[in-house]
Amino acid sequence: MLPCPLPVRLAAIICAGLVAISPASAQDTIKVGEYGAFTGKDAAFGVSARKGVILAFEEANAGGGVLGKKVELLTEDNQSKQGESATIAKKFVSRDKVVAVLGGNPSNHSLEAAPVYQNAKIPMIAISSTNPRVTEMGDYIFRVCFIDPFQGAVLAKFARGTLHAQRAAIITSVNNAYSVGISKVFRERFTAAGGEIVADQKHSEGDKDFRAQLTAIKTANPDVIFHSSNYTEGALICRQARALGFTGPIFGGDAWEAPELITIGGAAVEGTYYSTHSSPESSAPEVQGFVKKFRARWEGEIPDSIAALGYDAALLLFDSLRRAGTTDSAKLRDAIAATKNFPGVTGSITIDAQRNATKSAVILTVKDGKFKFVESVAP
Amino acid sequence: MTEFLQQLINGISLGAIFALIALGYTMVYGVLRFINFAHSDVFMVGAYVGYYIGQHVPEHTIWGGTLALVGSMAVCAILGIVMERLAYRPLRGAPTLNVLITAIGMSLLLQNLGQYFFGATPRPYPELFPVTNYQFGGLVISSSQLAVIGVTLGLLIVLRFIVLKTKIGTAMRAVSLNPKAASLVGININVVIAFTFGLGSALAAAGGVLYALNYPSIDPLMGTLPGLKAFVAAVLGGIGNIPGAALGGLLLGIVETFVNGSQWSTYKDAIAFAVLIIILLFRPAGLLGRFTVEKV
Repeated sequence: MLPCPLPVRLAAIICAGLVAISPASAQDTIKVGEYGAFTGKDAAFGVSARKGVILAFEEANAGGGVLGKKVELLTEDNQSKQGESATIAKKFVSRDKVVAVLGGNPSNHSLEAAPVYQNAKIPMIAISSTNPRVTEMGDYIFRVCFIDPFQGAVLAKFARGTLHAQRAAIITSVNNAYSVGISKVFRERFTAAGGEIVADQKHSEGDKDFRAQLTAIKTANPDVIFHSSNYTEGALICRQARALGFTGPIFGGDAWEAPELITIGGAAVEGTYYSTHSSPESSAPEVQGFVKKFRARWEGEIPDSIAALGYDAALLLFDSLRRAGTTDSAKLRDAIAATKNFPGVTGSITIDAQRNATKSAVILTVKDGKFKFVESVAP
Repeated sequence: MTEFLQQLINGISLGAIFALIALGYTMVYGVLRFINFAHSDVFMVGAYVGYYIGQHVPEHTIWGGTLALVGSMAVCAILGIVMERLAYRPLRGAPTLNVLITAIGMSLLLQNLGQYFFGATPRPYPELFPVTNYQFGGLVISSSQLAVIGVTLGLLIVLRFIVLKTKIGTAMRAVSLNPKAASLVGININVVIAFTFGLGSALAAAGGVLYALNYPSIDPLMGTLPGLKAFVAAVLGGIGNIPGAALGGLLLGIVETFVNGSQWSTYKDAIAFAVLIIILLFRPAGLLGRFTVEKV
């Protein structure tokens, strides 16, 4: 090839630049953003979800893509830090011009990012943000998981019914929207079911010393302790509670689901419970097919429910894109909102009028250093 | 009553860690009149060095744990000396503000290097020492809590001895009083300052390992919060004053624990800092600090 004169080359580079920043419709890929905590204290959620999402994207592209185009995944890490999710949202909206966004694991990250996507009218599908306020941010915000009132109710029912608890203590992380929300519902439902809340303690995100709260709780003599925040704090609470001599059951919500609960908690988390979205032990063909594909892709790793939700969120988006027949944001939004009985790995997903997914929950326990299925609770 | 005593035990063991970190802050301040903000990150590095040594020694043994503790103190002492040589010595004689900004920069550098080399994901900490829980009536104290209190007390005594009875301690006090006059009488200021940094960093490392043993999840940003609390403790006790730092740490730990165990736990930091403000209103130089007029 003959070397071109410099001005021609410059013009070509500028043209290429212009093409790159032209609207999404002119591209030959469909750009989808995914944000999450891939490093830092909540990293277990983000890393799991991303593995599920990547698997879904690779499958879609191997099968010829969506709407005749390849789907392209752009990922951004919010480092588990407050404020980062909104910054990432602005980047996705203004620079990358994504068609839709997947993500937000802890609810406080989603609550930060959702207003940006809502203003830009870009659909966001939250993966495991269970705080009700997330989808209340606007009509472009959806989720594929159940919401806290449901989870709080399931846990209250479990504590009263299965554990036969009469007196319960609650530990809430005061600056975590998820934790505050789920504790509130648990408190109401547990009391309504005839139980008594004997201690209501609080901590802040990132705290490591819970001996003060646990000493106060032990004095109140509860049958069970419910901790509504994340796995790092949960594991430390279990250790310190056992060291202080509390022997009753301790349980948490789906934010407890991470291998770190066991690696940090050690023997102290044996016999603890948590509620979550699905279990890899389920015999449903969707679940077994997914577990097989996931293990083949990620070196034999068994997917947790957050990975399954990430996979479901991506599949739901592809399905909606196909039904909409276009990447136009208003039409895509309507298609996501119209989702009915979508056969996901985490159960059949129907998006309701509040843009939440209605589906069932499962209770798992830790036995011999592994997560084991206990029971399934329907909505 | 049992609850009160149990909370007191919890508070003292938390306060002992604050005290251990506060000692390093206060010592560097006492000699150099500057606050080493990177101290809380040396604390983090100390925890990680203990973690890596812990991979090579058997868990639950006294000698393994001691090796990790001492090894981590030695590595961090060297880190402290290198840090002083590369970052702070070139700025000696520069305005205090410049040194302060350098210290903050050093702190951020260590945090980000930590994220790069150690990874940002929290890691579970090995149980280096044998762990048992001692019961007295309804009271519970774990061996790691006892270790924290014991090591803090031990190091406090060693530190008092070094500062008051040894030659290098006398030199440290001389430099603290008047660096120019000290060098005139033949004290090698560079050696004294390097020693101070090494000693302070070793204390931070001990604090890091003991903290991680009590709260077994470590990450590269773990130093920030305890570091801030320890700094407050040092000011509370009278910065530059060694027994003051220990007293301030204990007081802060106890106040925080009692607030945490009460109905007002949401406001624990607010109440802890309110105590600081009230004490400083009545004793502007801190609990044990002497009030001196800065000559301009």
